[in-house]
Order: sequence, then C-alpha cells, then structure tokens
Amino acid sequence: MIAYIIRRLFYAIPILIGVNLLTFTLFFMVNSPDDMARVHLGVKRVTPEAIELWKADRGYDKPLLYNSKEKGIRSLSNTIFFQHSVSLFVLDFGRADDGRDIGRDIRQRMWPSLAIAVPTFIVGILLNITFAMLLAFFRGTYVDVWGVVLSVAMMSISIMFYIILGQLIMSKLWHLVPISGYDTGLRALKFLILPVLIGIVSGIGAGSRLYRTFYLEEINKDYVRTARAKGLSSLQVLFKHVLRNAMVPILTGVVAIIPLLFMGSLVMESFFGIPGLGSYTIDAINQQDFAIVRAMVFLGSLLYIFGLVLTDISYTLVDPRVRLE
Amino acid sequence: MLDFTFKILVTDALLYILVTAIIIFIVYARKHEHLSAPWRQIKNKKLAMSSFVILLFFVITGFLDSIHIRQEIKIDTESKTQQQVVQYSSEVLSLLDLLLTKLRVQTEKTYSAPFAIHSFTKEVTDDQQGKPKLYYPRLKYGGAHLQAQDSRIYDIGKRLLWALFWTLLVIVLCILLVAKFVVSKNDNKNEKTNLNTKLKTVLSGNTSTPWLTILLVMSIPVFFIASLVELGPFYHIMGTDQVGNDVLYKTIKSIRTGLLIGTLTTLIILPFAIIFGITAGYFRGWVDDLIQYIYTTLSSIPSVLLIAAAILSLEVYMTNNPQSFTTLIDRSDTRLLFLVMILGVMSWTGLCRLLRAETMKIRELDYIQAANSLGVRHRKIMSRHIFPNLMHIVLITVVLDFSGLVLAEAVLSYIGVGVDPTMDSWGNMINGARLEMAREPLVWWNLTAAFVFMFILVLAANIFSDAVRDALDPRLRKA
Amino acid sequence: MYFYKVLIVSILTGLTSVVQAQWNNPYPAASAGKNIMYSFFRERPKTLDPARSYSSNEYIFVAQIYEPPFQYSYLKRPYELEPLTAVSVPTPVYLDKKNRRLPANADKEKIAYSVYRVRLKKGIQYQPHPAFAEKDDGTLYYDGVDKNALDKIDDIAGFKKQGSRELIASDYIYQIKRLANPSLQSPIYGLMSQYIVGLKDLRTRLLDAKKTTGNPDLEKFSLSGVKLIDRYTYEIKIKGKYPQFIFWMAMPFFSPMPPEADRFFSQPGMKDKNLTLDWYAVGTGAYMLTVNDPNRKMVLARNPNYHEETYPAQGEKNDQQAGLLKDAGKLLPFIDRIEFSLEKEGIPNWNKFMQGYYDQSGISAEAFDQAVQFTRGGDTEITNEMKERGIKLSTSVATSVYYFGFNMLDPVVGGSSERARKLRQAISIAIDFEEFISIFRNGRGLAAQSPIPPGIFGASDGKKGLNDYIYDWVDGKKKRKNILAAKKLLAEAGYPEGFDRKNGQKLLLHYDTSGTSPEEKSRLDWIRKQFKKLNIELVIRNTDYNRFQEKMRKGTAQMYMWGWNADYPDPENFLFLLYGPNKKVGLNGENASNYDNPAFNRLFEKMKDMENGPERLSLINSMLEIVRRDAPWSWGFFPKDFSLQHAWVKNRKSNLMANNTLKYLRLDPELREIKREKWNKPVAWPLLIFILLLIASIIPAVIAYRKHERQAAL
Repeated sequence: MIAYIIRRLFYAIPILIGVNLLTFTLFFMVNSPDDMARVHLGVKRVTPEAIELWKADRGYDKPLLYNSKEKGIRSLSNTIFFQHSVSLFVLDFGRADDGRDIGRDIRQRMWPSLAIAVPTFIVGILLNITFAMLLAFFRGTYVDVWGVVLSVAMMSISIMFYIILGQLIMSKLWHLVPISGYDTGLRALKFLILPVLIGIVSGIGAGSRLYRTFYLEEINKDYVRTARAKGLSSLQVLFKHVLRNAMVPILTGVVAIIPLLFMGSLVMESFFGIPGLGSYTIDAINQQDFAIVRAMVFLGSLLYIFGLVLTDISYTLVDPRVRLE
Repeated sequence: MLDFTFKILVTDALLYILVTAIIIFIVYARKHEHLSAPWRQIKNKKLAMSSFVILLFFVITGFLDSIHIRQEIKIDTESKTQQQVVQYSSEVLSLLDLLLTKLRVQTEKTYSAPFAIHSFTKEVTDDQQGKPKLYYPRLKYGGAHLQAQDSRIYDIGKRLLWALFWTLLVIVLCILLVAKFVVSKNDNKNEKTNLNTKLKTVLSGNTSTPWLTILLVMSIPVFFIASLVELGPFYHIMGTDQVGNDVLYKTIKSIRTGLLIGTLTTLIILPFAIIFGITAGYFRGWVDDLIQYIYTTLSSIPSVLLIAAAILSLEVYMTNNPQSFTTLIDRSDTRLLFLVMILGVMSWTGLCRLLRAETMKIRELDYIQAANSLGVRHRKIMSRHIFPNLMHIVLITVVLDFSGLVLAEAVLSYIGVGVDPTMDSWGNMINGARLEMAREPLVWWNLTAAFVFMFILVLAANIFSDAVRDALDPRLRKA
Repeated sequence: MYFYKVLIVSILTGLTSVVQAQWNNPYPAASAGKNIMYSFFRERPKTLDPARSYSSNEYIFVAQIYEPPFQYSYLKRPYELEPLTAVSVPTPVYLDKKNRRLPANADKEKIAYSVYRVRLKKGIQYQPHPAFAEKDDGTLYYDGVDKNALDKIDDIAGFKKQGSRELIASDYIYQIKRLANPSLQSPIYGLMSQYIVGLKDLRTRLLDAKKTTGNPDLEKFSLSGVKLIDRYTYEIKIKGKYPQFIFWMAMPFFSPMPPEADRFFSQPGMKDKNLTLDWYAVGTGAYMLTVNDPNRKMVLARNPNYHEETYPAQGEKNDQQAGLLKDAGKLLPFIDRIEFSLEKEGIPNWNKFMQGYYDQSGISAEAFDQAVQFTRGGDTEITNEMKERGIKLSTSVATSVYYFGFNMLDPVVGGSSERARKLRQAISIAIDFEEFISIFRNGRGLAAQSPIPPGIFGASDGKKGLNDYIYDWVDGKKKRKNILAAKKLLAEAGYPEGFDRKNGQKLLLHYDTSGTSPEEKSRLDWIRKQFKKLNIELVIRNTDYNRFQEKMRKGTAQMYMWGWNADYPDPENFLFLLYGPNKKVGLNGENASNYDNPAFNRLFEKMKDMENGPERLSLINSMLEIVRRDAPWSWGFFPKDFSLQHAWVKNRKSNLMANNTLKYLRLDPELREIKREKWNKPVAWPLLIFILLLIASIIPAVIAYRKHERQAAL
C-alpha cells in the first residue's frame, strides 16, 4: 500500500514534465514572445525597441527549446523553456508579465474559488446520491419516471441559462442576494449563496441520473434479493449493501468531475465577479500571460495527481476485492 | 433552372461515413440473431420508439443540412469574344437552405417579436409636416400580406387549421400504409384479413411494434413542418434577431451543428477510450502505467486551455494559408472539425478511467480467472468477456456526453473558443441571448427557441439511450 | 431575568433588522449613509506607474492620485488647459539654433527650440506615505529596511510610520527622466525622444549603466533639455515648434515622482510582496490609493494633505441653469472615499446600478431602450421609468473615431488609381453607418464626414462639413447617396453588378477582424449585407487579436475596422492618422490604412504646428477635400458617450479630456440610503412557498415507501 503510494508519487514527476512540455508547445505554437510583448505594451505607440526591451527584461529573447549558439548542457538550459520551467518544481511560480508575484496571487485567489467549489461539490454530491437512491428505491413507479424526466430536463439546460435566470429572479426581481461581487471573511456568505445554489441545481440532473444507473445495477444483483429474503427492510438493504457497492463507480466519477469543476467555476466566477482562480486563468489566456497559464496548469496537474492517488486508496476502502500492488 | 455542383465539406464526409457505418451495422445485425434481438426489444417499446421518431426528424434535418451545393450564376461578360466559363456561386447552400429559402431570404432590419407585424424597436421619421416622430415601423416581410383591416389572429388561425388538415391527411395516409403493408407480416397469423380488420388492429394499439404511438408522436413534427410551410413565408414564427434574421431558421440550422458536435466527438472518443481503458485495467503493470501517464497528462491540463490553444493555432494556420479557406463556410467548417477533434482528445480520458476501473473489478471475477487459467487468449477474454460487460457504461457515458457536448458548446462560445461565430449554433444563440435578457422589454425568443430545440433533442436522446441500455446491459437482460 | 430581557430584545432587534435590511446589498451594513462613492472597474489595471500607464482604465486611478502641472478645465468648452500645481499655463519661448530668443510670431523655419518654463505653487504636500517617514535625525525611516521586518508586512498599510513633504520642481524632472528609463518602457518615450532635448542621450547612457550596474540611480544622471531653475521652477526645452506639447504636459506622464518613493520601492524584498510603483501610487492628488487589490477592489480615499483647490466658478452658459455652479468656490474634493469593485459582466453591472449600488453607469446597448428614448426633436432623453428614479443622463460626442478602413497597399481596394478610388467611394456609399449606429449603438453616434470629430478645431457642421462624395444636401439635411449612385461608381470602376469586366469573375473582397463574440457575429452579418447591396461577395477573415495586429503591421489586411482615442483635443491628433510618414507598415505608425498622398502630407506638415485660426482652418479644409476624394476610410462614426447618474450624484458633467474629475463630484448619501431602501425590499414569500412545497412532496414519498414495504412483506 505505502509502496504503491510512493510509486504513484514518483510517477508525478514525468507527468508534470509532460504537462509542462505540452503546455509550452501549445502556448508558443500560437503565441510568439513578440505577440506577448505587444499585448502587454498595448496598442498605442509601441516601438520595436520597446518590444525588444520587454523581451530581454523577462528572458523571452532566448530560443524556445534549443539554443544552437551554446555548447553542451547550456544549449538546453539557456532557453525559454528551461529558464521558465525548472523553478516550478519547487513551487516558485515566478512573476506575471505585469510584475506581480504569481504565488501570492494564487494564494489569495484560491480562497474565493474554494468557497464556491467546495460547498457546491459536497452538497451537490450528497444531494445527487440521495436523489439517485430515491429514484432507485422507487424504480418503476411514477416517482422514478417523473424523477428521470425531471433529471433529463434539468441536464438539458445550459449552465448559462441557469445563471441568467438565477440572477434575473433571485437578484433582480426578488432582491434576495447581491447580483455579483465578493467580500472577505464571513461577509462573503451572501455572495456565495446564488452561485453555489446554481452550481448544485445545474449539476443535479446529470448527477442523479448517472448514479441511479449505478444503483439499479446493484439492486438487480442476487445478493440484494438474498438480503431482502433475510427480512432486512429495503431501506436497510439500500444503505448497507447497495450504497456501498455503488460507491465504486461513483468515486471514480467524482474524481473525473474535479477538473470539470474548474471549467464550471470559470464561467461562474466571471459572471458573479468572484476573484478566484478560474477567472485568473481565463484572464491570463486572454492577456496571453504565459507565466500565469503555466503556473495554473502545473498546479492543476499537481492537484489532479493527488486526487488520483486518493481515489485509488478509496477503492480499497470501499471494495476489498480491488488490490493495490 | 440553374445548374449546380455538389460541395462536400469535411464534416459532411465524416457524417456520411458515420451514417454508412450505421447502415452496414443494421444490415449485418439483421442477419445475426444475437445482435438483433436486443434491438427488436427496443422496437417494441413505446417510449423508445417515440423518442426515436423525434430523433429521426432531427437527424434527417441535420442530414439535409449536410448536403451542400453551389449554384451556377449567370454572368454577362462585356467581352463577348471570351469563351463562356461556367461560374459557381461562392455561396454554399444546403438542401435545407433551399427548402427554407423564404425564411433565409426574408430578413428584417432588426428585432421583431414572434408573429409580429411591427418592428420591436421604434424608429424616427418625418411626418407630413416634416416633424420627426417616433413609431414602430411595419416589417418588410412579417405579415406583409395583411391589409390594415385584416385580423392577424384570424389569419394565423386559418393557416394553422390548414396545417392541421395537412397533418391529419399525412397521418391517415401513413396509417393506411402501415395497415396495408406492415401489419400483416408480424401481427396476424390469419393471412386473409382485409384492410378493415388490419386498420382495427393498428388503431387499437395491439401491434407488437407500437405503431399507433409512433404515428401519434410523428404527428407532432409533421404538424410542425406543415405549419412551417403554411406560416413560415408570411410570418417570423419565432421572431427575428438583432440584424433581422429569422430566428426559427437559425434554430433549425443549428441542429446540424449540435448533432455533429455530439456524434462526431464520440466517434473520436470511443476507440481510444475502449482500447486503452480495457488494456490498462486488464494487463495492469507497465501498460497500465503508460496509459495512465498519457491520460493523466492530458486530463490534468485545464480543458479550456487545450481548446483555446487548438482553436488559436487553427486560426494561425488559416491566416497563413488564406488560399485554402476562401469561403466563410470553409472556415467555419474547419473550425467545427477542429473543435470536434479537440473535444474528442479531451474527453476520452474520463470514459477511459471508468472503463479501467470497471475492468479491474471484472477481472477479479471467477469466470475471467477461470478463462485465464484455461489459457484463453487475452484478446478473446477482453473482447468476449470484458467488453460486453462494459457496454452499458460506454453507452451511458456516450449519451451523457452527447448532451454534455452540445451544452459545453455554449460555454465555449462564451469564452470565445467555440464554433465559428458566423456559424449558427445553439451555443451562439444562447450566448447572444445572454445580453438580450438584460433588455427591457425582454427579448426572450432567441433563448426560448434555442432552449426548446436543444431540450427536445437531448430529452429524446436520453430516453432512447435508456431503452438501449435496458436492452443491452447483459445483467439487466437476464433479469 | 435581566439576561432573558437582553436576549429577547436582541433577538427582536435582530429579526427586525433582517426584515428591514437590504439582503442584496453588496456592501457591509456599516458603510450605509457614509460619504462613499461606489464605482467599478472592468479589468485589472496593468500598472499605475504614471510613466507607463496609457489606458483609460488605469487613468481612472492614476489621474486622481498624480498631478501633472496642468489640467483640463472641468466645465469650460471647448476644452481648455488651466494650471493645477503650476501657477499658470506657460507660453513657450522660441529660440533659434544659437539659442537666441525669437519673437512669439517668429517664422516656423527659424525656430530651433521651444522652452516651457513651469512655476509651481508653493506649499503643496504629498499624501502621507511611508516613503517620506523620517527618523529623528532626519534620515528616511524605511531607507534600508530590514528584510526580516519586511517579512511581516503584506501591503503598504503594514508600514506604520508615515510622512509627507513639499512638492518641488525636481520631482517633475525626476519623472521626465523616468520616461527615458529603459526598464520602464514608457509608451511615449519614442515620441518624446524626438522632441525633448537630450532624452535620447539619457536613454543611451542609462542603457550602458544598466549593463554594468543593474538599476541605475536616475538622480545621478543629467538630462540636458530639462533644467531646474529654483526649488519651484523648472524648464523643458524641446526641439522645434510643437504647440501640442503643452497637452502632453497635462497627462499623467508629466506628473511628479518623488525620488524617495522610487528608492523606497526598489529596496530588496519589496518586489516579492508586489510592493512596486506599478501598484502603489504616491502623489499629491485629491485622492490616494488605500486598498489595492486588483483582483477584487480598489479604494481611493481623500488625501488629508490635499492642497487648496476650489470648485470652478465659471463654465459654459448652460451650467448655471443645470446647477453645476452651486458649489463654486468650495474646497475640493467633496467625497471621502471611492470604492471600485471588479465587475466584468455588463448585466450585473447594470442591475446593480438600477438597485442603487453603483452611483454612475454607462449604458449598454441592451439597457438602452430601458433608459433612453428619443424625443420629438429626434433628440434623446431619459425614459419615464428612469425619470421616476431620479436618474440623470449626460451625453457628449466622444473625442474618438471608429472607422472602416481600406488598406491602401492592397492591389484591389488600395492604390491611387481611378479604378480603386471609385471602388472605395462606391463601398463608402454602400456601408450605411447611419443604420449601423441605429442598430448596434442605439443611435449613440454620428456618422463621420471626416476624421475630425465635432468639438475639435477643424470640424464643421451642416453643409460646410458635408462629405459630398458620399452625401447629398437635401432640404437642409444631409442624406446618404442612393445605392444606385454607388452601383454607377462601381460600374465606372470596372465592376458592373459586382463582376470584373476584364475576366468576368465575381468581385471577392476580404474583411479582416479579430472579433469572435456573439455581438460581433451580428456585426459581421451586417457588414456582409452592406456589400451584398453592391453584389460584392465579402469574405470575413476572422483571427485572434494578435494575428489581426500582425496582418495590419504587414499590410496584408484588405478592409478592417479600427478606432482612435484622442490624446489631446487638436486636429493634428486625428489627421496624423492619415499622414504618410506615420504609416503602419514598415514605419510602425498609427496610419493603419497606409495612406500616403504627397499633397496631403505637405499640407499636414504645414498645418500641424499652426495656431488655431482661419488660416489653419482653410488648410484643414483642403486636406479634408483630398482625403474625401481618395476615401482611404469609409469614414465610420464618432461615438456618443451616454452616461447615467443617480439623483444623489451632483456636479457631474461629461469631460472627455480630463480624467481627474472625481474630485468635483458631490454625493447626497442620505438620499441614496432612502432610495436603496425603497428599491430593494426583499421578496421572501417565494422562499416560504418553496419550503412548503418541499415538505409537501416528502409526504407522498413516505406513503409510497410504506406501501412498498407492505407489498414486499406479502
């Protein structure tokens, strides 16, 4: 078990190198350092000299991957890729193109992001599991039929629609919550209600529908019938046996959702004016700030790998048949 | 009549390939009992067949919109000596465009509400005294046939009644056709029934294939088409957008985009996800490590960045090679293709993970272990024993992805890396409607039109997939 | 007993406050009723350093904090400069090559240098700032601050000691030197190095010094063109005659920078905390930046050391009537604090304004119908709904131009041949900008007749200012020429009905753009429609912004849309957009069309340095005639700025040149509190109904469960 975890953590290094190389290739396939300088210096009265200076100041005047002018190891190390990537591995994210320290910005912006993502995620999963269980329990009855119809209806609505309508009704018509914005500490609460609510509601359709199929699969198995025959109530069976076995596919799915949360909160954050990491990434892409993009990608992969290890561990916890070697 | 030439876009070609593959599968399955049995089961389910009928109409619309032509245009060259060259318009039209010519051509100046005959916004003109005055101008096409004293409601009602009449006619005809040709084969052991009794069988709903339900459901799209024919040329049924284009036309055109994104992307996902997922879960060891390395690396990059980079690099390519993309439709089509491909690359990892986990579970089951010890070849175990047990996961994920992809398109449009902005798509419509919701009075028809069509498509697809799942899941079949 | 009493009372007051409170108030309840203005910013500013900042979203902050010697008069029109920290607005002294003084009306050719002498007011103090804090012995407190001490400090508020000092002339000189600093990359260095004597030389020396010692100390370098006369006086010497230079001196580029601040922020360890001049401003202005969180919120607070400045007593003739002169003579500023929140999306922005949580707002196209209506006179006024809310509208034609341009280097639409000219003219007639303005800008704009917007010298209205290649003058009104006229021109150009007469090919033109938004899509549709009128096929080449820029620089674009925001209110700043030596291709100028007509260039050089007067006007008119005929642009439009304010905002007047206008505004916080209360009553009954529904839906589920269990038991 521990050996397995250690092995997995060692895998992280080649993955991170791969991620870095891929990000780097993708980014510089479409952006030359000249473009970055231009975006940064604005449109009015930009001279070629200013662009050269900008590049030299930030180390973007070197070759991208291979420096043919240097000998030996220097031909690889005196490049944009090397100079801008190595420090990432010790979690030094460097500076954004506007001179701000990225690490500080991330540490500051991570809280608003978490403040939305965590409650949405936890409450969402719990609600999904509960609803799915209800549907599975009442399978074949009108509750199930209408529940599925409702789920399908809800999942065929774009997140944009939920947000637009949510803001329209909750804030514009009923004046219940602020329409957008953010504040520090406990005062953030009133800003979080609407985005979290929308996040949960928009995810409930797809979630409970998917989990319902996992339950149905288990419910039709022989051991359920045996348990029922033993005289356990259907609720007991559902909670004790079915839930436990259905947890395996749910857990795999949950980890697969985490990167998607990133994308979801991205729209949410920019609609609700929440200064989180999602809007940070999007702004960086728009402003072609490679340093931030790379830092965010690196961070994302790091968390992702961590999540994977956790998933594998949780497999063994819920299903002893799976062995980690 | 002008001549024309076909123009096959890349996405068209892919769609043709997909359709051909499905037809070949159907022909093949008909000859093999174990393949066709579950599908026959679907054929006999009411809900499944109803959704299938709706889906079919969407697919036909999308397919009609995927046969593109360029019309010949007449030129009067002044130098008569030059030989007459055949020139084709650079405007590429689909068969659907030709069918909906009236809707396509009749554009207003700006917004107008559904069935409106006046513009949505006021204009200033000079009245007789030369003083400016504000008024809602009459639309150029919407209700243009109406005289001042004519009642709009009466006119619409009259046309709807006609549409109803045509619908009934078509449905009755269909019922007769079904009774005459189809029913006798399966449902009546007695060879010598007359048409009358067959009709009774159909109308009582006692056929094994639920023909009555199918025909009743069919009457909805038929009625829709009939009203389109009756009302479309005279009114903007779903209003017009900011530059006066018919919203209904835009919505119908968006069907193709939605279908292509949903289907072509999964087409790309499936082989990767299935092969990699099963191999990783089955062999474990270094194969597992390698496959995990690939998909972890890919899936840990935020998808938005991946899509943005792909779309941007495509744009770079298009800028550098302008000669290959002379028309608007070429550009938007290439972008759509690219989007579909990158969405595929991005989303196969999720399914792959699910399959790997499930394979790891199945692999531990007794009969696989037994097969293993009996020396059955790995490839056979994977394809015969493991793959069928994963089929339900694949199908469910595919259907969930289908709707998810259609919806993701809207988000991508919001960020600016979705389909081409000149292309009609529900995502573009919803995204545009975002701004209209802040208008006062509300411009609701764009959003509603996109929402309704998208909703029906996804709903139908989901219901159908449920039936497919029930029929295909080996464990559910046993029960 | 007492305890329970307190408990009950506090619960009751808590309940009533919950019922009464504005649930949707984005600000803390404690700030209600205070003299705080609430505003927003769309994107985070890139820098607040006055030597680098050059965009309007940064000027919102920069201009309130830093004070150049001059400012634009708040109320007077046409725009006029007045002294701010200076005693007066100087007139330049002209010198010949040998530095001999010339009379003011000297011939332009003879003038080798102009000298501007600026005298500052005495006693102006900087805002309190740790950079000025002194120890008992008079040395700077935070000079050489300990790295360990710095570790505990996160932002500027962490430095407990503060100080101030008087504004002196050398601070201005220091800033001018900073413009040449290669590490700062000031956007106007390129332009200024052509004028300010010795600036180029300073740059070379700084570059050398940078190579050897890293960051050079600017105080040790001299700048030959700028002289310190005495503690309060300095002189700038520029090459030749350049009357527009005084306008540049009214921009934040020429505001003072205390060397202490620069030294303070360049200490080791500061940069790691984002403590730089890019983020923390040190100025003499009416406001100072107290909270700087570009991710969320920026706060400007009243500068306690602000020098004596009073509200202007003179304005335009309508100002008295509009109540803009009520505060004349009172001390500025009026508002205590201005809080800017980050607001990216237009819809929440507008809704918050309507709820009273923002004091001012622009009008998006979507909200336009709700806010503004056209009057009988074809004019605009606020809708009744807005009137009832007490919202006021202010409009003005912006000092900017959006134009549809042709690339003059393009083989089809470019060039000076008769064919290309007629083609361009035909297209210019066909693109109906009046319709564009009414569809996409709700009438907020004026179709341009020339590059010069109204309100700038050289712009004429009525028949005199008509572009008669595109318009006719009918019954005392301008009227776009009929499409038939365009078709006739097109045929004359050799493309009858859109077909090339030579080879019978259909004419195919390209429009280059970088827009991908849905709003852009309808705009693109519209432009295609315009070309369809002439039966010309228009292909849209859509790329990302960088690629579009690159096409413009390389001159491979064919047609495009572009805009220009004036730096200063002078026709030169618009006509130079068509000046040949200012070409984009090869020369990196702002002439995006690469228009290069020798006759126009000659006239431009003559016009550029002239004083406004009849002679200049006639020169401008002949220049306009040349470009109208050549039609390198299809002219486009001048946007009109519409903005709304709530009834509690006083003294608001649109001023497109001045950026430091916040100090003139006054608020009525009590009125705001009353209105907010009225507009934001929470509607809670839907919540109750929802909860009841939820409970009701559980009951059948329980019944069904019971039934299910009983059945199973059987």
